[in-house]
Amino acid sequence: MSVLVLPLLVPLSTAVLCLVVAQPRVQRTLGLLGALALLASALALLLEVHRRGIQAVQIGNWPAPFGITFVADHLSALMVFASSVVALAVALYALAEPDPPRERLGYHPLSYFLLFGVNGAFLTGDIFNMYVWFEVLLLSSFVLMVLGNGRAQLAGGVKYFAVSLFSSVLFLVAVGLLYGSTGALNLADLATRVGELPLGLQNALAMLFLTAFGLKAAVFPFFFWLPASYPAPPVAISALFAGLLTKVGVYALLRVFTLLFTQDPAFTHGVILWVAGLTLLLGVLLALAQGELRRLLSFQLVSHIGYMLMGLGLLTPLALAGSVFYALNHMLVISALFLLAGLLDRLQGTSVLVRMGGLYRSHPGLALLFLLPAFSLAGLPPFSGFWAKFTLAAAGLEAGAYAIVGVALLVGLLTLLSMAMVFAEVFWKASPEGRSVPEGWGRLAVPVVLLAVLTLGIGLWAEPLMALSQQAARELLEPTPYIQAVLGVSR
Amino acid sequence: MNTLILRTTSSFLFTLLLLLSVFLLFRGHNEPGGGFIGALVAVGAYALYALAHGLKAARKLLPLHPLRLVGWGLLVALLSALVALFLNKPLMTGVWFSLFGVKVGTPVIFDIGVYLTVFGALLSALFGLEETARTGGQEGG
Repeated sequence: MSVLVLPLLVPLSTAVLCLVVAQPRVQRTLGLLGALALLASALALLLEVHRRGIQAVQIGNWPAPFGITFVADHLSALMVFASSVVALAVALYALAEPDPPRERLGYHPLSYFLLFGVNGAFLTGDIFNMYVWFEVLLLSSFVLMVLGNGRAQLAGGVKYFAVSLFSSVLFLVAVGLLYGSTGALNLADLATRVGELPLGLQNALAMLFLTAFGLKAAVFPFFFWLPASYPAPPVAISALFAGLLTKVGVYALLRVFTLLFTQDPAFTHGVILWVAGLTLLLGVLLALAQGELRRLLSFQLVSHIGYMLMGLGLLTPLALAGSVFYALNHMLVISALFLLAGLLDRLQGTSVLVRMGGLYRSHPGLALLFLLPAFSLAGLPPFSGFWAKFTLAAAGLEAGAYAIVGVALLVGLLTLLSMAMVFAEVFWKASPEGRSVPEGWGRLAVPVVLLAVLTLGIGLWAEPLMALSQQAARELLEPTPYIQAVLGVSR
Repeated sequence: MNTLILRTTSSFLFTLLLLLSVFLLFRGHNEPGGGFIGALVAVGAYALYALAHGLKAARKLLPLHPLRLVGWGLLVALLSALVALFLNKPLMTGVWFSLFGVKVGTPVIFDIGVYLTVFGALLSALFGLEETARTGGQEGG
């Protein structure tokens, strides 16, 4: 039995069992067990891929390229692993702050269907199936977004729904054109055929995919929907979205622009580099202008997607390794910050920065806890964010792309400024009025501590994860083993 | 709708439609039909009954909440997909075996799962819509 299907079966089984039992109390236990099992299966997959190379499974035993293929290389396995860490943190948070009305409406099964879709998108080896997995995760996220029918949730949900649907249509059109011109849908099969198409058609297809995935990944100029919708749902939902959903878009871009569209990198990857630079700059500048914590973090999330695209745009081994490392690091850090925003909201009764304050005096430990992911986001040593930015900057200098390196470093500084402003507003500033702080927040801090310790740990001992990222980058740049693993050696 | 003809016929049309839905479910293995279409017909039976006798009466015909059926249906489908794993074949590979002289395959079990899932999902939508209509859309779902 292949471990490749476990990261799909575990969330699916958890979701189905949650649907069957229906009692929130049992669902919570099931949810936590599911998250732990998911982490274990993701770790097993990562070990398997690392030891034995790229793994492929033909679902239903129909041979590729006709059947449904699942493939796990280092990139897929790492993304699945990081998303299961985020899932565990969010499950711990949901356990510490139960929300019975939303649980009765199906919070637990829906969040596991979401994880099922996310892992499916990471592991699929077929472009049309990737579309299907996107739909699985989007449908779950639509319901999660408006779960409980809050006014802000519905307002954000409509925007999210409209943009996601538009991007899905674009994706489907692009897949249709690709199938019409090559007659293939299997990614490995496509990799051998796309190169034979006229260059103009290839570039047109590439831009369609860039737009479709760019909308999902929330990059310039399509990021407007994210800060409008992510702050709306409760934090246990928005932290999950922030950690996972945009990364699925980034993953799809990484996959498609290394496996399929590599014939004219001066154009395609040049465009990606421009998109990266503008996303970085506009995201962070807009973040500096925000007065509400979760909106500010949403713009930071957008801005830092630019770093991952920067590595893809440069398309060197070191740069791609930097992108992969950045994506992994960012999943942990941004989820930690979103969970912290929820915790601070709980302590202060608001997440509007001017009305917050005084927490340094009352909760110095919490201030320290905030600084860990915040510094990691800004890219200060000794956190994981430092190595991510360092690798990308080094790769950029190596490639002679001084402009984008300049932008990347400037954005790092501005992120630090933005985080320092948050720290000053929330922790240093005197409390606006004598407000009593509710007790019993300690359990909410557990998942944040877990993620913060991880980002510090990765920062201090970056070698293993960096080696894995570099291996992922090598596999992306040299797709022959991937194609062989799917189609068989004989072809 | 409160007419004598509809009320009288709907009672045994309900049974007939349910039988037809099961027939369609198993016919789908080799000929047009299948779990999805079968479930649509079964929901049609409930819709007809609800039109004639009211929603409360229709709800009473189902002993559990339709959303639970979605869960059970998915569980059945999931288990049918897992069978192949225990025989060391890739996930969802079709496995056939004989049960009391009848040839049974995992695709049929999968289809039964689809039937239950679609039935439960559409029925909860039907009940939900009726509920929203009654409360004037004040509380959704």
